[in-house]
Amino acid sequence: MNKKTKKLPDGKGHFNGYGGRFVPETLMPALIELEQAYKKCKKDKEFLSELELLQKTYIGRPTPLYFARRLTENLGGAKIYLKREDLCHTGAHKINNALAQALLAKKMGKTRLIAETGAGQHGVATATGAALVGLECEIYMGSEDMRRQSMNVFRMRLLGAKVTEVTTGSKTLKDAISESLRDWTTNVRNTHYILGTVFGPHPYPEMVRDFQSVIGQEARRQILKAEKKLPDCLIACVGGGSNSIGLFYAFLQNNIRMIGVEAGGKGIESGLHAARFAGGSLGVFQGCKSYLLQDDDGNVLTTHSVSAGLDYASVGPEHCYLRDLNRIEYTYATDDEAMKAFELLSRTEGIIPALESAHAIAETVKIAPAMPKDAVIIVNLSGRGDKDVQEVARIKGITL
Amino acid sequence: MTKIEKTFKKLKQQNKKALIPYIMAGDPSLEATKKFITEIAEAGADIIELGVPFSDPLADGPTIQRAGERALKQGVTLRKTLSLVEGIRQSTQIPLILMTYYNPVFKFGIEAFVIEAVRVGVDGVIIPDLIPDEAGDFIGIAKKYKLDTIFLLAPTSTEDRVRKVAKASTGFIYYVSITGITGARLLVDDSMKNTLSLIKKVTDKPVAVGFGISNPEEASSVSSLAEGIIIGSAIVRQIAEGGDIKNFVKTIREAI
Repeated sequence: MNKKTKKLPDGKGHFNGYGGRFVPETLMPALIELEQAYKKCKKDKEFLSELELLQKTYIGRPTPLYFARRLTENLGGAKIYLKREDLCHTGAHKINNALAQALLAKKMGKTRLIAETGAGQHGVATATGAALVGLECEIYMGSEDMRRQSMNVFRMRLLGAKVTEVTTGSKTLKDAISESLRDWTTNVRNTHYILGTVFGPHPYPEMVRDFQSVIGQEARRQILKAEKKLPDCLIACVGGGSNSIGLFYAFLQNNIRMIGVEAGGKGIESGLHAARFAGGSLGVFQGCKSYLLQDDDGNVLTTHSVSAGLDYASVGPEHCYLRDLNRIEYTYATDDEAMKAFELLSRTEGIIPALESAHAIAETVKIAPAMPKDAVIIVNLSGRGDKDVQEVARIKGITL
Repeated sequence: MTKIEKTFKKLKQQNKKALIPYIMAGDPSLEATKKFITEIAEAGADIIELGVPFSDPLADGPTIQRAGERALKQGVTLRKTLSLVEGIRQSTQIPLILMTYYNPVFKFGIEAFVIEAVRVGVDGVIIPDLIPDEAGDFIGIAKKYKLDTIFLLAPTSTEDRVRKVAKASTGFIYYVSITGITGARLLVDDSMKNTLSLIKKVTDKPVAVGFGISNPEEASSVSSLAEGIIIGSAIVRQIAEGGDIKNFVKTIREAI
């Protein structure tokens, strides 16, 4: 990877043509304000040391890099390490970004935080960040997702957040994002919008990437200590793409294979999936230019995945750029494959993964057996599966 | 001079303000939209803004969102909206503006869209999620084919933004009267007056105010501050409730 990669996005938020800012004019001053505040905080020693202390004492960083011995033996090939983001406070990597943005909002003098959520993990992380820094909080969530993830709705309310149901469109994550953008457009003067992934208008893709890149920085140190060498392969699931870029970013300069796994749903040919690279085309959606699942008229298609966190019609713009460079490979795992991986990890390692992360495990199951025994794979275990237990039981036809 | 520029020039000479009603193409059907356009033109509108339904209209409030959902259910698309305009041009020459989100245009192909829009008789385009900073290609192509590009300003806009948007806009500038989405509550306050006078300081292009004007009184007070008013959700609501839009547009006309 050459030096040029590190410098992107450019001043307008473009990753070689992807990204940018496609928002109502009303939001432009807020985005410029956010961009400047973020630039300042990046160099602000006080902000950085406050964040570092909270990462350590509140989130529980560094998260372990765990050698999955039984899974490795079971697959009979490469050594598999799991980066345990599931052990973060609130149960997923989402808190890395939400907490940092909550601190930033506080510094900016905002009094209110809003966020969208699909599976509820980012909503819970934002509600947690809001409680920690003492700001008012409202979370937008599609009514369909509220039904599927009722426990997370209750968690957010326990944390003091207002959860507002979104009943328009497909009543899922994309509609919750639209509603958050509408709220922000209306309340832009006192409100900060904590976008949960490396998506949306500049500076979000850059800022969220930076806040998540702690994952890869730690993993790099940890694997060098454990194996005395860099890994051969990195695997992570890709919804918006924040946990994957978080792991990959610190390794981009090295010649390491990286695989992003999208949600294959019921298969690409079925049309019921969220595999933007396998089934989408270039479009402009919710603030940036990227790959998008859309029809011939430019309307956005409804997506499907067993995992709510991967169930989104577009993908972070930097992923498009890294794909063009052939730096990251993108593939997909179907619902069935993810479900099998979910059970496999639970049984072999005693770790119940989030269904999102189970997609990364599913890819590991496919490639590890053919790799030599001294090869090393790091899989980002982005979240824990407690939130999915009920849904998995439902799919298996088990009444709890 | 474009048709929209001529319209504003003529109104200025007559000391009148532009009335720009908005309706959603295909709500409740394309046939009905055709009929509404004729009625609205007869009731005294100067320009008509025609909404193109989109799956994810992030600048719109509930009233126009629902209208868009109804139109999408009828299978209405950007392409069909363009055909509608072609049909309408046989009966009225009133200036027509399309309000569409960017992705349908991007998917159509920017140049193909501009050529087709001009061919069927569209006079201007408003894209609420396209800011001048990202609109280089679109502005260049639209200029080449003489299609007006109308950009938006808001109460939050800084002088920097006002200059940028004023420069990119042709026909007129769309001033969003509130920080919010279409149909939200209007507030005629100092911040609105300040931004409008800032715009006036920077440019002599006409300004039309929209978002949130719902009755003749509001129309009257806003029209005194600008060259025109845009009225959308209130008309769309009338359509949804089966009201008499011709009469409604007339009362607004008389108020400004």
